[in-house]
Amino acid sequence: MSILHNVQDTGRIEVIQNKLKRENSLTDTAFLLTITISLFIAIYALSIVFLGDKGFSKIQMFFNLFNENAALIVIACGLSIVMITGSIDISVGGSTALICTACIVCLNNYGFNFFTSLMLALAIGLTFGVVQGFLVAYLEIQPFIVTLAGMFLGRGLVALIEVNQIQVKNAGFEMLSGARILIPFLGDINKKGVFIQSKLEYGVIVAIIIVCLMYWLLRKTSLGRSFYAVGGNPQSALMLGINVKRTKFYAHLLCGLLAGIGGFLYLFHTRSGSVQQATGLEMDAIAASIIGGTLLTGGVGNIFGTLFGVLASGTVLLIVTAIGSQDPWWPQITRAAMLCFFIVLQSFICSRKK
Amino acid sequence: MSRNNNNLNSNRSALVLKELIRHRLFIPIAFLAFLLLINVFINPGFLGVSLGRDSSGNPVLIGNLINILNNAAELVILAIGMTLVTASSRGQDISVGATVAIAGGVIMRVLCGNETQPTELHAPIIVALLLGCLAGMACGAFNGILVSKFNIQPMVATLILFTAGRSIGSMAMGGLKPKAAAEFGYYGNFIPGFPIPTPILITIVVVAVTFLALKITNLSLYTRAVGINDKSSSLNGLNPALIKFLTFVILGLCVGIAGFVQASRVQTVNPYTIVPGIEMDVILAVALGGNSLSGGKFNMTGSIIGAYTIQTLTSMLTTLNVNTNAVPVFKAVIIIMLVVIQSPIVKSFLGNKFTVLKSTVGDGKERG
Repeated sequence: MSILHNVQDTGRIEVIQNKLKRENSLTDTAFLLTITISLFIAIYALSIVFLGDKGFSKIQMFFNLFNENAALIVIACGLSIVMITGSIDISVGGSTALICTACIVCLNNYGFNFFTSLMLALAIGLTFGVVQGFLVAYLEIQPFIVTLAGMFLGRGLVALIEVNQIQVKNAGFEMLSGARILIPFLGDINKKGVFIQSKLEYGVIVAIIIVCLMYWLLRKTSLGRSFYAVGGNPQSALMLGINVKRTKFYAHLLCGLLAGIGGFLYLFHTRSGSVQQATGLEMDAIAASIIGGTLLTGGVGNIFGTLFGVLASGTVLLIVTAIGSQDPWWPQITRAAMLCFFIVLQSFICSRKK
Repeated sequence: MSRNNNNLNSNRSALVLKELIRHRLFIPIAFLAFLLLINVFINPGFLGVSLGRDSSGNPVLIGNLINILNNAAELVILAIGMTLVTASSRGQDISVGATVAIAGGVIMRVLCGNETQPTELHAPIIVALLLGCLAGMACGAFNGILVSKFNIQPMVATLILFTAGRSIGSMAMGGLKPKAAAEFGYYGNFIPGFPIPTPILITIVVVAVTFLALKITNLSLYTRAVGINDKSSSLNGLNPALIKFLTFVILGLCVGIAGFVQASRVQTVNPYTIVPGIEMDVILAVALGGNSLSGGKFNMTGSIIGAYTIQTLTSMLTTLNVNTNAVPVFKAVIIIMLVVIQSPIVKSFLGNKFTVLKSTVGDGKERG
């Protein structure tokens, strides 16, 4: 895990850590994180007040927000790491679609069980991460071009495997994915006056664990700190003795691995696969990271911000659906408008700093 | 003496060969020739063109080559704009497919109004074309402002319309799926009595106008200057932001024309499925044409040949019964191979291998 070979280097990393703390802790990261968290709370509070009758007053609605977005949280974590390192990955939607279809075909036809299909998902994600990481880090090709090709490759491979939409037909997998955690003491009273306990999917637990793990990785390990250093300024990171290429490679590798886990969670939630599946997922993940305060220019970001970014954009989508517009185009347009707003906001923050 | 002459001749032919290989257009033309050869191998009658008659008895040209030239129209038109954007902004516009959907949606709405099966057009076709181009240019201006004014990487800026564009196109059509009257179809198929498909003519006009514009105006020089170094170009009195903005608007105009041709082909538009994955094809065409994807110098002829090469590849894969959704796999592999060859690291690695060869050719040049 450690990319450092001697004590001297560890000392250098601490210098960067202190520098980063001084520079960023109270300016960019905290500022953007505060915006995101207050935005989420404000949006949710407003929707409870004005759209309470549309289901927002129910506690289950809050848990559904997590149930629906567990996969996105994991994938957005991966994207945040890549973006902190100053790179980007838009292949996650394609790899998710590929993972879903490949796993379903194996589960249905080749006698795979839960664990072997999980291994397959991780292998696909890792392959994407390793190849793209190599091309981006060691051959210095623009990450956008590489991962755009990855995106089309993923979706194209789905069509090579199976053209039609398919469903999981595997008793063991379906039983596991149907399982829910009952939250004690929390729940809603339905129309007949019966108390129904709130339910949480197991995928959410995985997502929360991964968020905490990634927070630890980015804050406390030398690898995590070197992600920030490389994203902030590759030149000075190089002079501090950080292996810039390897750090970038690890960031893409990690993103691929998280895309593998996220893709499996997506399958775990939807239990279906098709060519058009998870269209625009990469965009949702990038939007969540940006809303959560990760700067596109690299070097600044916070995993908890990403978590709240996913929740905030998820809430906005719920509101758009709840307002009950019959037109199918509003969710996508709202997403894009939010992304646009935050990109421009970031651009303002960056230009003000200069 | 004669031996010396022989030596010189062989050196000269080696030099010619070397210069041919190093020519900027070598890769696209060689790749196109290679694909055409494979096609001829698969189907010996591939290159044949014949004069047939369509269902209403009008003369039309039939043949695989005509089909490729015809179907490549949108790709060529978009590749022209994308070349300029790539050169000036050092990035690519990935929203072209989505903005074609917007332009197509606007055109259909103007022509059909709120009816699904109008018997006649609601507006003159020229008005629809102009409004479609205007919609495309508005999208281009939006991207251009984000890139030039707010200094956002082109691919991130265009990601916004990449996501929203198809939905906006659907909104522009009011969620309807109208089919326009038959005379709108002339521009995507044939004008009765004229055997050459109209998209080929439109392509020729667009290409001619582009080359004229590059020849007459300073656009080409300014674009290169901004792409190579925008700081030094601004010190030389250029306005890099304006040039970048302008190239995005030009791409928007190309999008409008491409949307018009595409809508006219079947006289209807499905915004969610129109020109699927064309952004990838266009970027591939630009890269294949010998242009660096990180901006600077550009080669318009190369991009156009690249676009025809991609269309040949697509039609070849379709002939081989590859599923339409699976075609991107092959293109993704080719684009990865191209950018790997283009990458400076690989170039310097290969350069070291071939220094010996180069130095001998260099000697020949000096002597000649």
